[in-house]
Amino acid sequence: MTYLDHAATTPMVAESVAAMSEALTTLGNASSLHSSGRRARRVVEESREAIAAALGARPSEVVFTTGGTESDNLAVKGMYWARRAADPARRRVLASAVEHHAVLDAVQWLAEHEGAEVTWLEVDGFGRVHADTLAAAIAENPDDVALVSVMWANNEVGTVNPVRELAEVAARHGIPLHTDAVQAVGTLPVDFRAAGAAALTLTGHKLGGPYGAGVLLLGRDVPCAPILHGGGQERDVRSGTLDVPAIVGLAAAVTEAVAHAPRRAAELTALRDDLVRRLTAVVPDAVLNGDPGQSTVDDGPSRLPGNAHFSFPDCEGDSLLMLLDANGIECSTGSACTAGVAQPSHVLLAMGVNQRLARGSLRFSLGHTSTAADVDAVLAAIGPVVARARSAGLAGLRRG
Amino acid sequence: MRVLAAMSGGVDSAVAAARAVAAGHDVVGVHLALSARPGTLRTGSRGCCTVEDAHDARRAADVLGIPFYVWDFAERFAEGVVDDFVAEYAAGRTPNPCLRCNERIKFSALLDKALALGFDAVCTGHYARLGPDGLLRRAVDADKDQSYVLAVLTADRLAHALFPVGDTPKAGIRAEAEERGLAVAHKPDSHDICFIPSGDTRAFLAARLGATPGPLVDDESGEVLGSHAGVHGFTVGQRHGLGLDRPAADGRPRYVLGIEPVSGTVRVGARERLAVTGLVGERPVWTGAAPTGPVECVAQVRAHGGLAPAVASLDGDALVVELRTPLEGVAPGQAVVLYRPDPAGDVVLGSATITRACRSWDP
Repeated sequence: MTYLDHAATTPMVAESVAAMSEALTTLGNASSLHSSGRRARRVVEESREAIAAALGARPSEVVFTTGGTESDNLAVKGMYWARRAADPARRRVLASAVEHHAVLDAVQWLAEHEGAEVTWLEVDGFGRVHADTLAAAIAENPDDVALVSVMWANNEVGTVNPVRELAEVAARHGIPLHTDAVQAVGTLPVDFRAAGAAALTLTGHKLGGPYGAGVLLLGRDVPCAPILHGGGQERDVRSGTLDVPAIVGLAAAVTEAVAHAPRRAAELTALRDDLVRRLTAVVPDAVLNGDPGQSTVDDGPSRLPGNAHFSFPDCEGDSLLMLLDANGIECSTGSACTAGVAQPSHVLLAMGVNQRLARGSLRFSLGHTSTAADVDAVLAAIGPVVARARSAGLAGLRRG
Repeated sequence: MRVLAAMSGGVDSAVAAARAVAAGHDVVGVHLALSARPGTLRTGSRGCCTVEDAHDARRAADVLGIPFYVWDFAERFAEGVVDDFVAEYAAGRTPNPCLRCNERIKFSALLDKALALGFDAVCTGHYARLGPDGLLRRAVDADKDQSYVLAVLTADRLAHALFPVGDTPKAGIRAEAEERGLAVAHKPDSHDICFIPSGDTRAFLAARLGATPGPLVDDESGEVLGSHAGVHGFTVGQRHGLGLDRPAADGRPRYVLGIEPVSGTVRVGARERLAVTGLVGERPVWTGAAPTGPVECVAQVRAHGGLAPAVASLDGDALVVELRTPLEGVAPGQAVVLYRPDPAGDVVLGSATITRACRSWDP
């Protein structure tokens, strides 16, 4: 089997499995005052310190959550409520049009239920938000902006945003910026302090850690109202008994991923560039979507090293996916909804790709277990697969 | 064979797929998403492609151990079936959307896609029999027989179709589903038109066509008896919901006899005036070779019931059917399906879309 869907989830690393397995058989609620509780708490705090150290944050800035979706919701809604509570004029949310649904739908929910006004930040043809786009959106009225949310790197097309520059623009007006760095941690140099973001989302299962474990890095001075109320375990911003094994596994994975990020990025970039070069030779009309990945943004690569996202003219993504699946190659059409129907990607549409072409898209995402043999397997299959998918055409679409 | 099993999430298509697997075929399950109104796929609509139905189909595929995908045919379905359904009613005809779906989606768009992707056949949970002789026959279970809505398929389409449940009564299919561990074994049958989950066809049409008032006219006297909100509210043979505020002079119920879409006139009258002795159909389709002369057969003019011995013949592009015994409720837009009676299951010869009913035959 050739697994090229690491952006969906990637195998746990051995360090994480080992640390988590040990913690699973150890008793203790981190909030308890006795020995077992103190032992659990110590493990949690060591994990917090390890994650903070790996990502340029203070330990007190690490808020444990259940993953990317919770972290995104907490940042977007919590910061909106806190900023609006401090000044009722602050009701405008600025978010990029290519955010993950966890941000997109949270913002939309604020608009529909909490009186938020949304300014969707336009992206360029690569899916990138430019600093002057943000500056212009803020300039409409700097006093009514509650927060800005722009992802570090796009989960579909891999384009990296200039987060440092964007945070700087926002900071000039005292506006907090949240960034969803779910895809970035582990391959890109992510430094919370240097980036200047007020809040940053990461999740375990995209970087070799467990499912159901994530973090919101939340600046010490950044007000954020809680979504979950209860024991107030995490700075009163997040309640719920701490999941010690998951936190330990997450910390082990983050430590491993960040330590090996430069080497891994180089390896993945080489594999990815090989895949792109050879695939476009086999299928000359395949279009690589997103930044070509040959330049730098904030001292890192301009595209996620493991990401290769293509559109294949006159093909349907679901045909391509099924045929590759039958050949033992697992990848993704981009974004899926609850019923499992591939809808034309909002990311591609925001980038100006036409709907028809957008439907014929595939994302190959490489990760820490990927090899040259995986790339060879794709190359061996892709030509006939595209030819066959093309003959099947766009059967679900209107003929006109 | 490589078989694509269309899985609706119901018990019949689940057992059909199971039987295809048991027969040794290489089976892939596909659920067709047919509704794409924004929001409905995320929040769950009721009807043809609810998230629940897709889930049920997926769970059946899991039990069978076959790959499963959801394919989006919403645009083709909207164009070929829903838009057609509305346009047909607007034109004063009575369409059969299941038949159109088989003709234009399942055994056209889906089958074409399947063949192009390397499959040999499409398998569905329709109750009909398709034997090695290539003949399409009624199902063993007469109450469940769906050969009527498959009669639009030509021989080259039928050559790539599998209907594995047609040889078993419905109760047997449910029992088999239970034995096979399929959770849909006791899922209720679907009755409504899938894209009108409320079952209120008139409201569905009114929302799309608006009010187009016209007169209700007595077929015999020509007297205007009242008015109506649009011809799309009526079907030939309909008795209820005519909106007449007074009984007929003879005290007997009145029925819709005819619909004239251009003037918006709906003609009503006594039951005996419903009886027709012949009909004309357009776009005839043959499951085998087209006949060269008159064919003795049994004609069926709606999905359930409406059978009469008949003689059918081609007149240019038109199919002319002479009924040996009169039939009521022959509505333009419905299909006339011709069967050849056979002890091994009546054989479908062909079909056409009814354009005209004749109340007195004149050769």
